[in-house]
Amino acid sequence: MAGLYKSDYENPVIRWIDTRLPIFSLMQKEYGTFPTPRNFNYFWNFGALALVTLVIMMATGIFLAMNYSPNTGLAFDSVQRIMRDVNYGWLLRYTHQNGASMFFMVVYIHIFRGFYYGSYKYPRELLWMIGVVILLLMMATAFMGYVLPWGQMSYWGATVITNLFSAIPVIGQTVVTWLWGGFSVDNPTLNRFFSLHYLLPFVLFGVVFLHVVALHITGSNNPLGIEVKTPQDTLPFHPYYTIKDSVGLCVFLIVFAVFVFFVPHTLGDPNNFIPANPLQTPADIVPEWYFLPFYAILRSVPNKLGGVTLMFASILVLFVLPWLDTSPVRSARFRPLYRPFIFVLVLSLFALGAVGAHKPEGLWVVLGRVCTAYYFLHFLVILPVLGVLERPLPLPESISRPVLGPPGGGGPMPAGAAAKPMEKS
Amino acid sequence: MAEPLAAATTAQHGQPDIVSKRDFLKLVTISGAAIGAGAFAWPFIASMNPSRDVLALSSVEVDLTPVQAGQGITVVWRGKPIFVRHRTEAEIKEAVDTPLQAMIEPVPDADRVKPGHAQWIVVIGICTHLGCVPLGNKPTDPRGDYGGWFCPCHGSQYDTAGRVRHGPAPLNLFLPPYAFESDTKIRIG
Ligand code: HEM
Ligand code: FES
Repeated sequence: MAGLYKSDYENPVIRWIDTRLPIFSLMQKEYGTFPTPRNFNYFWNFGALALVTLVIMMATGIFLAMNYSPNTGLAFDSVQRIMRDVNYGWLLRYTHQNGASMFFMVVYIHIFRGFYYGSYKYPRELLWMIGVVILLLMMATAFMGYVLPWGQMSYWGATVITNLFSAIPVIGQTVVTWLWGGFSVDNPTLNRFFSLHYLLPFVLFGVVFLHVVALHITGSNNPLGIEVKTPQDTLPFHPYYTIKDSVGLCVFLIVFAVFVFFVPHTLGDPNNFIPANPLQTPADIVPEWYFLPFYAILRSVPNKLGGVTLMFASILVLFVLPWLDTSPVRSARFRPLYRPFIFVLVLSLFALGAVGAHKPEGLWVVLGRVCTAYYFLHFLVILPVLGVLERPLPLPESISRPVLGPPGGGGPMPAGAAAKPMEKS
Repeated sequence: MAEPLAAATTAQHGQPDIVSKRDFLKLVTISGAAIGAGAFAWPFIASMNPSRDVLALSSVEVDLTPVQAGQGITVVWRGKPIFVRHRTEAEIKEAVDTPLQAMIEPVPDADRVKPGHAQWIVVIGICTHLGCVPLGNKPTDPRGDYGGWFCPCHGSQYDTAGRVRHGPAPLNLFLPPYAFESDTKIRIG
């Protein structure tokens, strides 16, 4: 069926484009009138914040790359030159460096939102799994980026992480040599890490696009975890959620700016001010904060292959989470048992973070093992069993009921504002 | 503030008051976002300008003693070739005596050199046509019909004061900023 798309736009230029490539109609449908549950809380800001952070990372990264040299002899000094000589180079680098932390902070909260409100359940399983792919890509990108400034932590972080693959039976060492392009982390390694660090964010961007496409098929979950039933349950995305996202964005950018302008080194490691030295490992090797819990899991197992396996498993288990949780109720609000358990999980992740930051001695070892065990227990035993044992609280009839109806609602929306968009659509 | 704004929006929508408040908020929000986006873009654009280490390279000193009359040398300043040429008496006389009408961009020789140092001509060695480096610093180079420099790319010719005498170049060779520190030393930049 050849022919033009039927566009509603009056403006002749927009109409000319829209009838041939309905990009304006598409944006209007997906971001303008897109029906969105009316009861979002601020947890629903974090997806948009993550997208903004990804764009900030790509912008600062591309401009850093204009002055960065991916060569072992030049890398460290080229980063120092960015800090001292390049106009606003310090700003670009501090934004990129702290931006990585902000990115993980935002994405971790985004994931917690998914845990708490059961966003991974039917019909959003694939949406969730694409999210886990995003997390893995982010980790790979951040790891390779951290190698680029070629400080002591860059070098030894690269050595330790690539050596994880040596735990693979039989072919381990061959794989590691292949990753390095040599017999230690050296210039070929730095070159390929730079190339991939440039590439992966764009792959990430593509996967984020798929994430959003999947989201727009199933529609968003919401704090009550019940499906949208009538148009009264929704609001058009614009202006209601563009504004709500903007408010969250302003707060987020203030937090971001405080780190960049006042405490740019708080989240970093002072050892990375020392140029890489392949002959001397720093006294205490610690990854960036966002990797600490996984690092703690790795060290909690007194067996090389076991530790590595468990560390990867701790993320891979998220892929099957939609099928491990057997409860049909999504939101933790209506799950009296799940709710305390999910907080214990968060607590154990914080504890694992602390364990990862300390030398594996005495109580830290014990704590690490207990928390690692709990982490897997939560997903593999507690969740499947809870779905059977738990008696959920009664679910509200619809989203608009508890929001608009007086008792138990606390609905912030005046009736007038609620009625208006309905007239339009 | 409120009055002209209200008037403007009334004119637009033919509706008073209620509309003007929302339009005002939209205006403030959009201009706030635009200012923010501009402030965000600024450091990115500025980072592409020459950095401090590049600017720090922007002056060089040249010792003139080894340069014999009739010869020239090429030094690098800001990544560009600078021709420093020691002119002979005959060359100076010819450059001074050439009538201005004969030139494409008429400039007297006195404006091309520093007073009291007429034997030294210092020019940026980049053809004003499309940026090639003309030949002629070495006495063995082709120097064109006017004894200065000859551009191999499209045949422009310059005289010993670096003035273009034969196209397609439209302008004389540019003069870099420089000063004599002593009779045998100049500082470019
Ligand atoms: C997913 C988004 C990204 C993340 C999470 C990320 C993460 C990182 C991290 C953690 C560092 C080390 C910071 C330091 O200690 O200095 C880094 C450095 C770097 N990144 Fe990225 N990055 C991202 C996107 C990009 C992009 C798109 C580019 C474009 C080429 C880029 C170019 C660079 C460069 C040149 C460096 C070395 C300079 C420096 O250390 O500041 N990054 N990145
Ligand atoms: S560039 Fe010299 S004549 Fe064209």
